Amino acid sequence: MSGLLLSVLSPLLAVSPEAAWNWLIEPFQLGFMIRALWVSAFVGTVCAVLSCYITLKGWSLMGDAVSHAVVPGVVVAYALGLPFSLGAFVFGFGATVAIGYVKAKTRLKEDAVIGVIFTGFFAFGLVLATKIPSNIDLFHILFGNVLGISTQDIIQTLIAGFLTLAIILLRRKDLLLFCFDPNHAKAIGLNTQLMYYTLLSVLALTIVTALQTAGIVLVVAMLVTPGATAYLLTDRFDRMLMISVASSVSSCLFGTYFSYHLDASTGGCIVVMMTLFFMTAMAFGPKYGILAQHSQRKFNHDENKKRLNEMS
Amino acid sequence: MPFATASAKNMDKSAYGIAVDNISVTYSNSRLALYNASCYVKPGTITGLVGPNGGGKSTLFKSIMGFLSPNQGRVHIDDISIEKAQKQQLMAYVPQADEVDWNFPISVYDVVMMGRYGYMNIFRIPSRKDRRIVMDSLERVGMSEFKNRQIGELSGGQKKRAFLARALAQQGKVILLDEPFTGVDVKTEKSIVNLLLQLRDEGHTVLVSTHDLASISTFCDRVILLNQTILAAGTTAETFTEENLAMTFGGLPVSSLPSKTNQSPEDRSDNQPGHTFVQAKVKAPSKSHGVDA
Repeated sequence: MSGLLLSVLSPLLAVSPEAAWNWLIEPFQLGFMIRALWVSAFVGTVCAVLSCYITLKGWSLMGDAVSHAVVPGVVVAYALGLPFSLGAFVFGFGATVAIGYVKAKTRLKEDAVIGVIFTGFFAFGLVLATKIPSNIDLFHILFGNVLGISTQDIIQTLIAGFLTLAIILLRRKDLLLFCFDPNHAKAIGLNTQLMYYTLLSVLALTIVTALQTAGIVLVVAMLVTPGATAYLLTDRFDRMLMISVASSVSSCLFGTYFSYHLDASTGGCIVVMMTLFFMTAMAFGPKYGILAQHSQRKFNHDENKKRLNEMS
Repeated sequence: MPFATASAKNMDKSAYGIAVDNISVTYSNSRLALYNASCYVKPGTITGLVGPNGGGKSTLFKSIMGFLSPNQGRVHIDDISIEKAQKQQLMAYVPQADEVDWNFPISVYDVVMMGRYGYMNIFRIPSRKDRRIVMDSLERVGMSEFKNRQIGELSGGQKKRAFLARALAQQGKVILLDEPFTGVDVKTEKSIVNLLLQLRDEGHTVLVSTHDLASISTFCDRVILLNQTILAAGTTAETFTEENLAMTFGGLPVSSLPSKTNQSPEDRSDNQPGHTFVQAKVKAPSKSHGVDA
């Protein structure tokens, strides 16, 4: 702990401004840091866009499920020499189909079904990962490894990410309608079943995108927190999108940067930053923040009191 | 423009009826919600759908709108299937207040614009015509000044009017309203009723579910009494009788088996007022379960 403090404070305490400056820009002189910064910012953008739909649709738990369910897919893909993203997508999407099927065929509530299916997939993945000889580092799957990301992985991340953004961008109005009022979507003759599976496959794609950056354990944070933060700050969907992307990208950049100096987990730093943004929004949000709600209540109470006094 | 097949001009000429043909719905928890229900909602009328809570009103609505598929029987908009009718923008639906997420970050204007999506191209870019129709619809329900409000910032009556405006913007010839008068003050109720009367006179077919019995006779041309099945249907004067209401809400089954009607759809709604069906022990089984769970 003291070592950590020292490493943060020593350059600040050093007299020479030159040294401090060098310390500050040091990460930007390293190729792998530059790469980690822009990759995580890209992933942050993709996740932030989708997170607006996921929070409004109430699918956060589904995101958690898909992210854990991709593990066997990653292992199988490596074993067969296929791109990891292909295996991850197939198993992630497969898990959502399995969840839909089990839910339709049993009397269980959705959260129970999700709990059963995703832990089942995840456990199966663990067994495979420990039995199939491969050079997969389980720790990297679980917690991400954006600092050591290979060019090949970057290409996969970019393809999955751009595909996600393209689908959402082209279908954004229908997807929003589907989140808001699926009955109306049906009433005007839209194929709601197709929209359901579109949103699910986009979810699986996004998780594939974020796998290398945040790892499967933390990816759900990237899929929920930016949208949740933005939802506390605005009543307009367009603005919600912008706030979500802004908070997510800056969390990714600062998180990655700090993780270098702190020598700490990059995914962890990114999500901590996101959580700080969320807590700030929750406390100081202009309309739905705790402080604002508190003073609004007090204001209303005082107004009512005044009115009562005037009446009597 | 895949959905804009039926041009608005042709549709203005004719009105459409709803033919409910012998449908039964059992939910997955084995609750039977509707049993052999048949009726015909006549074109160009306001028809009130009346029955106790849990009597199947919402289930009938959902079957008509195609939100659920009945275990038996089918629904048509005259001779058009529900799917086709929806693609032709014939059917508009005004949801109950508690079906809507009022915290959703969306404005009144955007909600009403959603009524136009079926007419737009795949990217849903509103044309000048779409925008004009949305503004006209807002004007007609008196909501123009609230168009930029987030939907949760409206009063109960304003919320109803916003969704009514969406139905207007959709220009559906068949409009279903699920409990439009709950949580609405008398003045708004009156203005909604006036609007429904105008719509009927323009050739729309309006089906309203309500348990506000007092207002039925003031604006409904016809009524359908529903408790697990259609108990009676016909003109308000003939059908909305104390005797029929007692039967509908009293819940005691009247034993005459549902006759397999061979009537044409037009005749079906003119069943004698007393026409009744069995409500085979529909509601009982749920309680005895609890123990073995």
